[in-house]
Amino acid sequence: MQISFSHSKLFNTRHLSRLTAATLLGGAALAGALSLSAPALAQSDRVELLNVSYDPTREFYREYNELFNQYWQNENGQTVTVRQSHGGSGSQGRSIIDGIDADVATLALAYDIDALHDRANLIPEDWQSRLPNNSSPYTSTIVLLVRDGNPKNIQDWDDLARDDVEVITPNPKTSGGARWNLLALWGYGLEKFDGDEEQTYDFVRQVYANVPVLDPAARGATNTFVQRRLGDVFIAWENEAILSVEQLGAGDYEIIVPSLSILAEPPVTLIDNNVDRKGTREVAEAYLDYLYSDEAQHLAAKHYYRPSNPDILAEYSEEFPELELFTIDEVLGGWQEAQQRFFNDGGVFDDILEEINTQ
Amino acid sequence: MGFTLLYMGLVFLIPVGAFLLYATTMSWETFWSAVTQRQVVASYKLSFGGSLMAATINLVFGALLAWVLVRYRFPGKRIVDALVDLPFALPTAVAGIALVTLYASTGWVGQYLDVFGIRVAYTQLGVVVALTYIGLPFVVRTVQPVLEDLEAELEEASASLGADRLTTIRRVIFPALFPALLTGYALAFARALGEYGSVVFISGNLPFRTEITPLLIVAKTEQYDYHGAAAIGTVMLIAAFVMLLIINGLQWWTSRRHG
Repeated sequence: MQISFSHSKLFNTRHLSRLTAATLLGGAALAGALSLSAPALAQSDRVELLNVSYDPTREFYREYNELFNQYWQNENGQTVTVRQSHGGSGSQGRSIIDGIDADVATLALAYDIDALHDRANLIPEDWQSRLPNNSSPYTSTIVLLVRDGNPKNIQDWDDLARDDVEVITPNPKTSGGARWNLLALWGYGLEKFDGDEEQTYDFVRQVYANVPVLDPAARGATNTFVQRRLGDVFIAWENEAILSVEQLGAGDYEIIVPSLSILAEPPVTLIDNNVDRKGTREVAEAYLDYLYSDEAQHLAAKHYYRPSNPDILAEYSEEFPELELFTIDEVLGGWQEAQQRFFNDGGVFDDILEEINTQ
Repeated sequence: MGFTLLYMGLVFLIPVGAFLLYATTMSWETFWSAVTQRQVVASYKLSFGGSLMAATINLVFGALLAWVLVRYRFPGKRIVDALVDLPFALPTAVAGIALVTLYASTGWVGQYLDVFGIRVAYTQLGVVVALTYIGLPFVVRTVQPVLEDLEAELEEASASLGADRLTTIRRVIFPALFPALLTGYALAFARALGEYGSVVFISGNLPFRTEITPLLIVAKTEQYDYHGAAAIGTVMLIAAFVMLLIINGLQWWTSRRHG
């Protein structure tokens, strides 16, 4: 059986199913091997998974769930029903900690998944090295969305610090996505000022002095920029920006790709405690592994996420222009450190906002 | 009686108690520094000040509206009566988005206010507008039944005894309505203090300017600072409780005075 009480056995099963999952990807030739290990799970012909995710992935996972169901049915004869939950990345993470029965978590930033280990020990500490590419099957970056014709002539991050430009970005204290925005700005500042932190701080402060409204979440900020027509430039995830341009009429907005930006890696993980209790480890692992398959990578690109597979990414070079990308680990020492330094109470963001609003 | 107490315990006291208990697990210094951060103090001013203003506005216009609904007959009265409860039924986020759509400088109302240099959306005024909106039903619904019981004959008697209109209002109507007005005021105030959903859309949430205390609590939970969140929550709870206690005491005092 899948669930066992002894620790060592548990470990073994995990390895076994990890292997199975790899075999699955190997292709139909190995289907025989699969059928040997599959009966452990194939108790019924239906299985249900819960994927707890963040807001903008709604459409992507709706299609991916169908794709995965077909794949799993072919391989295994089981019907997989994947239930989806979407919301702000941080609050979704907290629901998992508080006990929602998630099999997999697909959140906006590693910090929110780290908390699943730190706060509730639901996953091992090394979760992020379990899957390729920092457990991020698709990536994105932070770009600038401006109004049609780019009336303020915004070309790069520098222009956001100009006095005549109003910038829309959500509050990084409450929005996971907005944290990427500030870090992208910071990384650009460091590059521009040769690592001078004081100048970088001033630069980022000047940009935030141009922010008239701090919406608590990304969707609210989109609303402010698009419906309220407030602001000249909207700092956005690339996938959200392309979506806005496609959905809201191509003539109304333009995407400006800055010279340098941050590589946003929304990671995925299995919730070990939950899948072992529910006996869904094998199918949940396959669900995540299959995100790296060619079909799923194309699907991610269709929903404006950059595929992590470089060959497939290259096929979409028109949608995803090349730009210099830095990672949070390289420049800012990882999420834990960045969160502590920039976003916790008394951090850089608090300092900046206090300076701006109490002068 | 036993059932009522059990119900009260399960539904109300246990969550509040657990919350207060959680707040007591931190040291006094941590608690104090969490609740006296400058940014937090600035948000108290807005939250309490804005809620008091909104409740006051609702007191005046809620009483007027209740008066009109009870004493006048006009076409569509039932519809207006039903509309009063709308802020209860509407999800607050919807209310917030609707208000900001109206009052933004491109909105239906906002564009005309903008001509006079009045900006509502993304200012403290916007916070008060949202809080007024969600608190409206409370005063109307507490005053309305009392007014219905207050017979017009009472006013006529007062008039026939030589009192002018103002004296009648001051000496006859107002004392009868006073307890209900206070209750409505207290409810509207308490509701406004805890409001989150509608305000965050219209306020702009700039620290030190338009940031309400509930938003800070959400921000704290976002960084897993549950202690800080509980500390600020405790301050709000105690302050709200004290204010409600004062209002209730006032009500008790006046009802004794007027017998």
